[in-house]
Amino acid sequence: MGEERRGSRNSRTVVVEMFVIGTVASLAGIALGSAIEWFPAQASSQAGPIDTLWDVLVICSVPIFVGVVIVVVYAALLFRQRPGEENLDGPPIHGNTTIEIVWTVLPALLLVVLCVYAYVVLLDIEQKPAQAATPEMKIDVYGEQFAWTFKYAGANGKPFTTTQLYLPQDRSVKFDVHSKDVIHDFWVPAFRMKIDAVPGITTAYRVTPTKLGIYPVVCAELCGLGHAYMRQTARVLPTDAFDTWLEKESAEDNPPAGGKPVAGGATGATGGGGSDAAEGDAG
Amino acid sequence: MPVTLRQPGWSRASASMVLGLAFSYALSIGARAILGYDPLLDGESVMRIALISVPFFFLVGLGCFSYWFRWASGAPTVPEDHSGHGAKSWKSYFYPNTDHKVIGIQYVVTSFFFMFVGGLLAMLIRAELAAPGRQFVDSNAYNGLFSVHASLLIFLFIIPVFAGLANYVLPLMIGAPDMAFPRLNALSYWLLPVAGTMMMLSFFAPGGSFATGWTAYATLSNTAPLGQEFFTIGVQFAGASSIATALNFLVTIITMRAPGMSFFRMPLLVWANFSTSLLVVIATPFVAASQFFVLLDRSLGFNFFDHGQGGDVLMYQHVFWFYSHPAVYIMMLPGFGIVSEILAVKSRKPVFGYRMMAFSLLAIVALGFTVWAHHMFVSGMQTWIRVPMMVTTAIIAVPTGIKIFSWLATMWKGVLKLDTPMLFTMGFLTMFVLGGISGVMLAMIPLTIHVSDTYFIVAHIHYVLFGGSLFTIFAGVYFWFPKMTGRMYDEKLGKLHFWLTFIFFNATFAPMHVIGVQGMPRRVADYAEQFASWNLVISLAAFGTGISSLVFAYNMVASWRGGPRAESNPWRSLTLEWQVSSPPPIFNFDEIPTVVGGPYEYGVPGAVHGVFGGSPTTAGPGRRGPATTAGAPSA
Repeated sequence: MGEERRGSRNSRTVVVEMFVIGTVASLAGIALGSAIEWFPAQASSQAGPIDTLWDVLVICSVPIFVGVVIVVVYAALLFRQRPGEENLDGPPIHGNTTIEIVWTVLPALLLVVLCVYAYVVLLDIEQKPAQAATPEMKIDVYGEQFAWTFKYAGANGKPFTTTQLYLPQDRSVKFDVHSKDVIHDFWVPAFRMKIDAVPGITTAYRVTPTKLGIYPVVCAELCGLGHAYMRQTARVLPTDAFDTWLEKESAEDNPPAGGKPVAGGATGATGGGGSDAAEGDAG
Repeated sequence: MPVTLRQPGWSRASASMVLGLAFSYALSIGARAILGYDPLLDGESVMRIALISVPFFFLVGLGCFSYWFRWASGAPTVPEDHSGHGAKSWKSYFYPNTDHKVIGIQYVVTSFFFMFVGGLLAMLIRAELAAPGRQFVDSNAYNGLFSVHASLLIFLFIIPVFAGLANYVLPLMIGAPDMAFPRLNALSYWLLPVAGTMMMLSFFAPGGSFATGWTAYATLSNTAPLGQEFFTIGVQFAGASSIATALNFLVTIITMRAPGMSFFRMPLLVWANFSTSLLVVIATPFVAASQFFVLLDRSLGFNFFDHGQGGDVLMYQHVFWFYSHPAVYIMMLPGFGIVSEILAVKSRKPVFGYRMMAFSLLAIVALGFTVWAHHMFVSGMQTWIRVPMMVTTAIIAVPTGIKIFSWLATMWKGVLKLDTPMLFTMGFLTMFVLGGISGVMLAMIPLTIHVSDTYFIVAHIHYVLFGGSLFTIFAGVYFWFPKMTGRMYDEKLGKLHFWLTFIFFNATFAPMHVIGVQGMPRRVADYAEQFASWNLVISLAAFGTGISSLVFAYNMVASWRGGPRAESNPWRSLTLEWQVSSPPPIFNFDEIPTVVGGPYEYGVPGAVHGVFGGSPTTAGPGRRGPATTAGAPSA
């Protein structure tokens, strides 16, 4: 019988071998996963916990994938039908209650742990920071086809709007997001946070920018013709530079209009003309 | 009147469509005249009525309703002499037919036609995205390309091709002579080309095709140009087809099983389609509702989604996803069934943990209705609901995991025949796990806040629907090809097809995970320079995927025309469909079989699943009872 020959390799040896190869491959996979430059710059205090959550998920996932692949490959190598076995059947194993309970309970436990962890991260990234030196700033974000405008409360109670987002470093900012027409989605990949701009309701999230620089602002929800070109920039300034800018803007008695032409500011402000705005400063 | 115009058929259908168009003009102009609108002729209004009415005129002309009309009007019905069964030549496939085997082939071939159209659109998408900036389509056309691509492949390929495969093999598997409602079955099929044609024709609509994605979110969809309605209305026809077929499957499975075929002796493909049909019957009306809302907003000035008039924009997403999340399982559970069949036969072992496999399907059905809002983590809905939806979404991985592990255990210690269906099945096992893993990642709210609406989502859905569903579809088509056509496919070409698909599929979709997390949004005709090199790689790989499908097409066509004749049971399978000739007799079984054991008793000495002609232990007066009485609906 082929059964004897099939069983000739000590099954314990095989399992040990698979386990060793699986461990090595998992470590290699995790190393590869860590080597890949997954995320854009970490420019907010929300980015860190989210990126760490990703790392944990990758570390949990790789061994599962590797395990399945190894079983499939080993099954193909060990148990493939060889010449002369065309009429051979396998052993009539119908199941095994113990092992079925194990592979029901273990993944469930892992998933519950991951959910709890993700919930903790969620609370962390959404909560208002504890009393800081400066109070939280509020900016109203308006999405329309196909541009964003930002309304600041301004210094001395003189509100103004711009099309380039300026943010102070290390100060929590709450965005109240509105839409003037269809659904958009306000996303700064470097901050990791996003939310839809929905006609009729105000949505919100908060970030604390931590890193100076210029970052793309992207519309992430399909909003029509010019969706791909609805890109602007966010600029994180040191606190004093930001305060200077804020006072200057409030002092200027200009009506809400386009932003200052700083560092490839807003492109193709309003009025559709999507493809004209294709300079793509979202690099 | 010439006789061809009186007989059901394509001449009458064509004439009838002209009549339908005339009706649309008359209704629109008449209504506008009565209500005092100016001008009397409004193209959009005519088109809208035509989109709804012309398909019905077509179906009536083709004869899909003839029997019911006669019956309803009290006219003598044409006695069903079963002359409509079986295909006499290739032409028979172009007429309504009540034979589930003919309908199954109609379904599968039509679906694959739409797969090639949808695939071609994908090639255009990738050509446009090969480099940043505009290549050859403007952004409106681009938005149309991915919208029609997704709509065709979801509503006219994956969902119906599974219904088609099951239409062919399921009645055979349970020992039934046909589906429960053969005329409804014929109508279900003919709704599909209607829906598909409508979606493709949208490219010729003024303002271009529908371009709001397959999700068609309000308020973009209820303010989009007319092309949108080709989707809004097309989905109704595809959905009606789905619901009718699902009802048909449910009644067939519940009432027409052969004697002895208890629920726990059913092959898992039957279980899978039972579960899928439950999902379809409960969920599909919701997508119909969501599109009716849009249609009413657009055409009759309703304000479902106009917040200024008390409308609720987010409601669209809730109603839409209440169908469209279960739809993910509608597109996967039948594939699970196929995989269970193939793994048992090709590993020569019983399916490991049969009952848990069946129960996990039902668990997925139940849980599948509790996770829809995970598509809306960043939609702006009330925030607390995200957390329970995260937990249910993660937990649904448990029954799915049970299935994966049980399949692995089924292979272990078996005698694996590594031919094309088995290769696709093993490819499915590995690729679907990746799709499942990224699915669990996407359950985690903080991560989804970053990656929703990015290429990470595109990667995930293609690992699930291509690496998952499509691999099982290929496996199933190769596996039942001998039964359906009576011919063997070319094994060498099949294996070539598998390896090309497997390699290019991964090269296409794996990098999308990376650019998604890096911040490339989906559904964009243009992208930032930093994503250029990966996109070029993806486009080249996508063209490779496209070419690999040509190997499949050639193999199918050439083998159907001139492949070697297939035996009745080339795979040495125990299930009933392999116990009859290839292709099966017109009424499937010369004698209804009696089921005496489980479907996967491989390796059990002397085990049989069904017996023909009775056996001493089960023969008796009740043997032909329930199955044949319920099984003669066409009489």
